[in-house]
Amino acid sequence: MTDQAQLLPGTLDLLILRAVSLGPLHGYGILLRIGQISGNALFIEQGALYPGLFRLVRQGLLKANWGTSENNRRAKFYELTAAGRRRLREETDNCNRLVTAIASALSALPEEV
Amino acid sequence: MKLLAALRFRIATLFQRSQINAEMEEELRSHIQHRADDLALSGVDRGEAERLACIEFGGRERIREECHKALGGNFLDTLLQDVRFSFRMLRKSPSFTAAAVVTLALAIGANAVVFGVLDALILRPLNVPQVENLYGTQYGLDPGFQSYPNYLDLRDRNRSFDGLAAFNFVFVGLDTGKDPSTAMGFAATGNYFDVLRIHPYLGRFFHGSDEHGPNSAPFLVLSYAYWHSRFQDDRGAVGRVVQVSKHPFTIIGVAPPEFRGSLLFISPDFFMPIINQDQVNGENLLNARGTTHGVFEAIGHLKPGVTPEQAVADLNAVGAYLEKTYPKEFGQKSYTLGHAGLTSFDSAVREFVTGLMLLAGLILLAACANLGGLFAARAADRSREVALRLALGSSRKRILRQLLTEAVLISLLGGAAGLLGSVVLLRRLSTWQPFPGAPIHLPVRPDAKIYVVALVLALVSGLLFGIVPVRQVLRANPYEIVKAGLSARVGRRTTLRDVLLVVQIAICAVLVTSSMVAVRGLLRSLHGNFGFEPRNAMLAGANLAMAGYSAATVPAMQERMIHAMETIPGVEGVGLVNDYPPLIYGAGSRVNVFKEETRDLRPSNAAAMPYRYDVSPEYFYAAGTTLLAGRDFSWDDDKNAPPVAVVNREFAGKIFGSVSDTVGRYYKMQDGTRVQVVGVVEDGKYLSLTENQEPAIFLPFLRLPSSQAYLVVRSSRDPQQLAVAMRSKLRELDEGLPVDTSTWYSRLDVVLFPSLVATASLGVLGMMGAILSITGTFGMAAYSVTKRLRELGIRVALGAQRREVLQAALGRALKLLAFGSAAGLLLGMLASRVLAFIVYSATPRDPLVLAGVVLAMSLLGLLATWIPARRALSVDPLIMLREE
Repeated sequence: MTDQAQLLPGTLDLLILRAVSLGPLHGYGILLRIGQISGNALFIEQGALYPGLFRLVRQGLLKANWGTSENNRRAKFYELTAAGRRRLREETDNCNRLVTAIASALSALPEEV
Repeated sequence: MKLLAALRFRIATLFQRSQINAEMEEELRSHIQHRADDLALSGVDRGEAERLACIEFGGRERIREECHKALGGNFLDTLLQDVRFSFRMLRKSPSFTAAAVVTLALAIGANAVVFGVLDALILRPLNVPQVENLYGTQYGLDPGFQSYPNYLDLRDRNRSFDGLAAFNFVFVGLDTGKDPSTAMGFAATGNYFDVLRIHPYLGRFFHGSDEHGPNSAPFLVLSYAYWHSRFQDDRGAVGRVVQVSKHPFTIIGVAPPEFRGSLLFISPDFFMPIINQDQVNGENLLNARGTTHGVFEAIGHLKPGVTPEQAVADLNAVGAYLEKTYPKEFGQKSYTLGHAGLTSFDSAVREFVTGLMLLAGLILLAACANLGGLFAARAADRSREVALRLALGSSRKRILRQLLTEAVLISLLGGAAGLLGSVVLLRRLSTWQPFPGAPIHLPVRPDAKIYVVALVLALVSGLLFGIVPVRQVLRANPYEIVKAGLSARVGRRTTLRDVLLVVQIAICAVLVTSSMVAVRGLLRSLHGNFGFEPRNAMLAGANLAMAGYSAATVPAMQERMIHAMETIPGVEGVGLVNDYPPLIYGAGSRVNVFKEETRDLRPSNAAAMPYRYDVSPEYFYAAGTTLLAGRDFSWDDDKNAPPVAVVNREFAGKIFGSVSDTVGRYYKMQDGTRVQVVGVVEDGKYLSLTENQEPAIFLPFLRLPSSQAYLVVRSSRDPQQLAVAMRSKLRELDEGLPVDTSTWYSRLDVVLFPSLVATASLGVLGMMGAILSITGTFGMAAYSVTKRLRELGIRVALGAQRREVLQAALGRALKLLAFGSAAGLLLGMLASRVLAFIVYSATPRDPLVLAGVVLAMSLLGLLATWIPARRALSVDPLIMLREE
């Protein structure tokens, strides 16, 4: 647990969009998928996922449908809308630029200044 | 489009609330189940897996709230939820709710009524255009009375007013051809309506151009109300000729309904030109500069840019000119300005309303202290509930919001109840005529302003005390409270609640004290010494001018009237006094009196300004005024006899040094006449019950006849029968003479009015104070018994006596009550000094009042602690201890 990183504010939405972009998932599944694709390096409080999900549905980026899970339980499945797909692309670019910028800033050597 | 979609979404969430809640619940549960499935797969047993899954999931309550927030439409949603929850909570504790709502309703009601009065009397002046710079002039200390020539000079010589109008009261007999009756009107200058800038409802008004010398404009303008009631809205009334005190006048117009004359309290039936005043009064005073009967008040708009101070300086400059030019008739008095409508009552009314507001403010303060105590006690009771919710993951903000919703709900309920009561009361007040037959009314109209004020007051006081528990909530440590349970902390130190209770009891005791002082004062003033004996005295007022008598025929008729009264069986004495007897309508006239040796008779050299009454022989006997020395008047003291006077003791002391030294001595009147004093009578009250002792002189009425006079008839017969007998005797003398008869006692209503109103308002406020102190003490006592039931149970189990149990349960509440009452009593005695100005002979240093307050407060304490005491005594230790 201790070596897991805290999420930067605002990044949870992006992670959800990314996880769902790989196929429809229910809430618990999204959590597992994020763990899987991030190499379990991020700590996310389980319940904290849901306000984010509801927010994204409200913004029209996700749509939800009830279905049956692999465990044979009723669950709500989320998938991307067209707007969600567009937003994911933009946010991914933004995030990449930000990460590159911060990484290069942090790795700058004295002689490069 | 986006906006529309968002709106639809919000509305949908609002209406599908329960469905959304259910779905959310299911989704969260499904998540936990999935997690538990995974945990179970890794070898944890099922029950343990579900428990772990719940813990990993986090605070479910908080997440639910955040989800709702994420869904949007949250504010309204939460509000609805809060309101519903608050209603449930309030229903669960009906006694708290009732106490809080009643407390607020009382306070809000009292304040709304007082605000209504304030609004009617001070905030909303006369209903005429540009009223904000409309001022009335007052002259000297008496209500603006002055002469018509002085008014003319004032009108023409001032540079501050945009036109100056004046009016006076006239009382006439009005005969429209059928049933003649008396009516009261304003005799107004030609420019009156033009200065006030109003326009007729029907016909036309009279103007300055209608004035062509004395008695040249026999026109009447009817008030709308009088036209409505007397002429049944007959448009044909305009143009008709009616008899006004036997003189023909033409009705030329009707005033608009919203204009009820230039005084707030008194609405005239009609308006007539002031130059015709002498005609209906049977006098010849229009051009007399020395009279004070010509004009009641002069009013006008200040010119743009002129301040009231500049206008006063300007008026006084005119006054100085008048004094220099007419030294004999014009005594220098200073002019002041007042807002039109209240005239010289301006400051008295302001003081009265300020006093009322102060007292109503006290009620509000006491109510707030009461509410504060209630809310604090409730918060303490609910600390466990709050702690539980905090522990379950609810945010403090959310809990505070819910508590505030509850406070607002209570304040709205209380405010609405109070407002309802106040509106009913104000409606009654506005139709109330304090003096039957006199056109005096209180122009209060409940309107939106009052609703807003009540609402704001209710919300502010509710919120103020809704947040009392905030500190408790913010400080609350859920683990401690949940662990410790209900019986934690039996506080011994002084808490905020104690302070609030003492403050509240003190305020209530102040109110109870003041109301008792006022009631005692009123009772005393009803039985005080007025310098005459109002019991068994009947008055008959008659204005002979209304029946067409002239100055020459008046005295003979009045003599006949006196003798006619004497023939009624059971009548012991009959007297007559010109104009008005003492203490009637606050009317009285003063004259300048000089010492015999004074040569320069300018008003500033006057030795005294006594009240002057012109009375018949035997008046003193009929009025019950004791003659201390000398003789009464006789029928020989007429125009041809040397001038004589009877003076009161105060006058004798002031001018001649002593009573025994007075009879036979002389003083001088303004016109230089030497008058011999032939008798001295006891002192009395003349204008008001609260006045300082004033000098008075009595002159023989035959020397200066007046058509307006009152007969005073002393008899121990039944007043009703006597009145009938008097009226029939007078009708025998003259069929067409309007007479009004009443007992002298009943006519004192007018002078007692301020005391009556003050006593009534203080009585009501005192009652409210008493009720508040009951609810406050009850709340405190009931709460302390509840909190300590367990301790009491143990005490009983250990063998405590009833007395000891009571002491433990209620000692503190009673101690606080006693402390608060003592403080309030002291404060009340200080405050009552102020009362002495309104209520005659009100003194707080009255053993009866002191005993009354102590008794009242102990009774209130007993009443308030009765139920909690019963409860404390009925504690069954076995049941008590088993419950824990």
